[in-house]
Amino acid sequence: MTIPSLTPTLLYLNNVTVSFDGFRALNALSLAIDQAEMRAIIGPNGAGKTTMMDVITGKTRPTDGEALFEGHHDLTRLDEASIATLGIGRKFQTPTVFEMHTVEDNILLALKADRRPFRALFSRRTAQEKERMDALLERIRLKDHRRRKASELSHGQKQWLEIGMLLAQEPKLLLVDEPAAGMTDQETADTADLLREIAQTRSVVVVEHDMVFVRDLDVKVTCLHEGSVLAEGTLDQVSSDERVIEVYLGR
Amino acid sequence: MTRSLFIDRTGWIFLAIVLAVAVLVPASNLFLPAGSPFRVPDYLVPLLGKYLCFALLALSIDLIWGYCGILSLGHGAFFALGGYAMGMYLMRQIGTRGVYADPILPDFMVFLNYKELPWFWHGFDMFWFAAIMVVVVPGLLAFVFGWFAFRSRVTGVYLSIITQAMTFALMLAFFRNDMGFGGNNGLTDFKDILGYNIQSGETRAVLFLLSGLALAGGYILCRFIVSSKLGKVLVAIRDAESRTRFIGYRVENYKLAVFVISAMIAGVAGALYVPQIGIINPSEFAPAASIEMVIWVAVGGRGTLVGAALGALVVNAGKTWFTGVLPDAWLFALGLLFVLVTLFLPKGILGVITDGWQRTQRRFRSDGSVPAPVPNAAE
Repeated sequence: MTIPSLTPTLLYLNNVTVSFDGFRALNALSLAIDQAEMRAIIGPNGAGKTTMMDVITGKTRPTDGEALFEGHHDLTRLDEASIATLGIGRKFQTPTVFEMHTVEDNILLALKADRRPFRALFSRRTAQEKERMDALLERIRLKDHRRRKASELSHGQKQWLEIGMLLAQEPKLLLVDEPAAGMTDQETADTADLLREIAQTRSVVVVEHDMVFVRDLDVKVTCLHEGSVLAEGTLDQVSSDERVIEVYLGR
Repeated sequence: MTRSLFIDRTGWIFLAIVLAVAVLVPASNLFLPAGSPFRVPDYLVPLLGKYLCFALLALSIDLIWGYCGILSLGHGAFFALGGYAMGMYLMRQIGTRGVYADPILPDFMVFLNYKELPWFWHGFDMFWFAAIMVVVVPGLLAFVFGWFAFRSRVTGVYLSIITQAMTFALMLAFFRNDMGFGGNNGLTDFKDILGYNIQSGETRAVLFLLSGLALAGGYILCRFIVSSKLGKVLVAIRDAESRTRFIGYRVENYKLAVFVISAMIAGVAGALYVPQIGIINPSEFAPAASIEMVIWVAVGGRGTLVGAALGALVVNAGKTWFTGVLPDAWLFALGLLFVLVTLFLPKGILGVITDGWQRTQRRFRSDGSVPAPVPNAAE
């Protein structure tokens, strides 16, 4: 039996609190992301950006509050693997790819497929999978590097490979942590283009420090501070908000 | 990739050597005249057979350690349990030929005043039952242990320590007389297996052949696993466990599956070892024995399967030789070997061999003095 959607939003966080030994990493955080929306999350260090991602992906259980996906999946009760299967993909801050595998195998492992061990033991690569992989490799510009080990790629290429792995999972929501970190200006601009293209069909949440990059994305911005939402709106609105200025520049 | 090509060139060379040894060693022992220089002497057949069992055990450790990063320091427990299952069958075959001539109870039970056979000894008079237990008992222990350990996400050194604790606890248990496994003497004085005299040259030859076949079969099974998509997931877990979780793989199930398979292979190795050696006792559970097994794999080359088997052979041959010449120095030599390999040969003996082979090939190609074995398309 499926419970009818309670909200039209894809991701709905309501009053989420996470405390570690009394320290509130998230403090009654509420956030709603719509279908095919791209949202940028900014905030100083320790604002709770990574903890928020941990809650959404099942790594951390909130002390209080609710986290719903598609209106009826309670993310606080599911583990990482089930949440990934529901359609939430996550890109880490430092590129995390399978270094000892080839570029192609990295994509293959991420491709949407039966994740049970004995299915994997007897699985053969189908023509459809090959087609999907070719298309993805083309899109992340790694087609010519498909047989290289992921450890041999440059930093920017690894970032793109990880985004490619995310896409291979066919997620409905992508959580992307600092995709532009350590990239050249050209790579940063290309990454913004890629994310905008992805956001046409999927929801994307981008955590980013680089304000030039955030401006480039040109989407609604949420500023976090001390575990809750401080301001929300366009980048111009948020960056002219007095409290945001205070938080960023110190009092 | 077609799954029929899952064995690479090194693999074919390995299989060819194993099968040749498995046939030639017993054949030369049985059919060549006693004075022939090519005849493998009687004492060497079970000794080499023991090495084959150790090589199979090393494969099982490499499968989980080399490919999935699970460092078990208690794999001797699975090996010993397989050995005990076989030993129980062999004990029941002695029948009235024992010292106390009891048709049902083995000698040690008569000596310890057992009135009847403990429940867990029932069924071991039948070979098929014992053969199933050889894989079921280690597999079950691995399942229960792995279920709790992997689900609680115990990893790294903590996991290694609890595997060590597991084998230590089993050793203490098996040392106790009232456990019903012969206490510190273990199980010994075997007479025959499936009606054939266990001491005869022919039986030993067949056991040797079976050990060789088991090693080849174990290699093919491990190779099938590591070259499949499941194998790729295992390597992914080894290198980036949380990444693997976040793309939707239930890591604990993968670890559990491969841990159970590995324990079963270790059990088979133990079952083939016992009839060739003629005894199984609780010292097989000793923590130090399990650590030594990991050293075989490290010395041979972790994550290569063939290297693990090679390491088991080289280290054990060294041990046999060393304990003959300088018995007290063996442990120091083993420790030194481990340190040297870790420092200077991170890829193990197999790594040295394959690197050397590739270098030679490259050199021959670049000076142009020797024609390359394969025509170079670029020229």
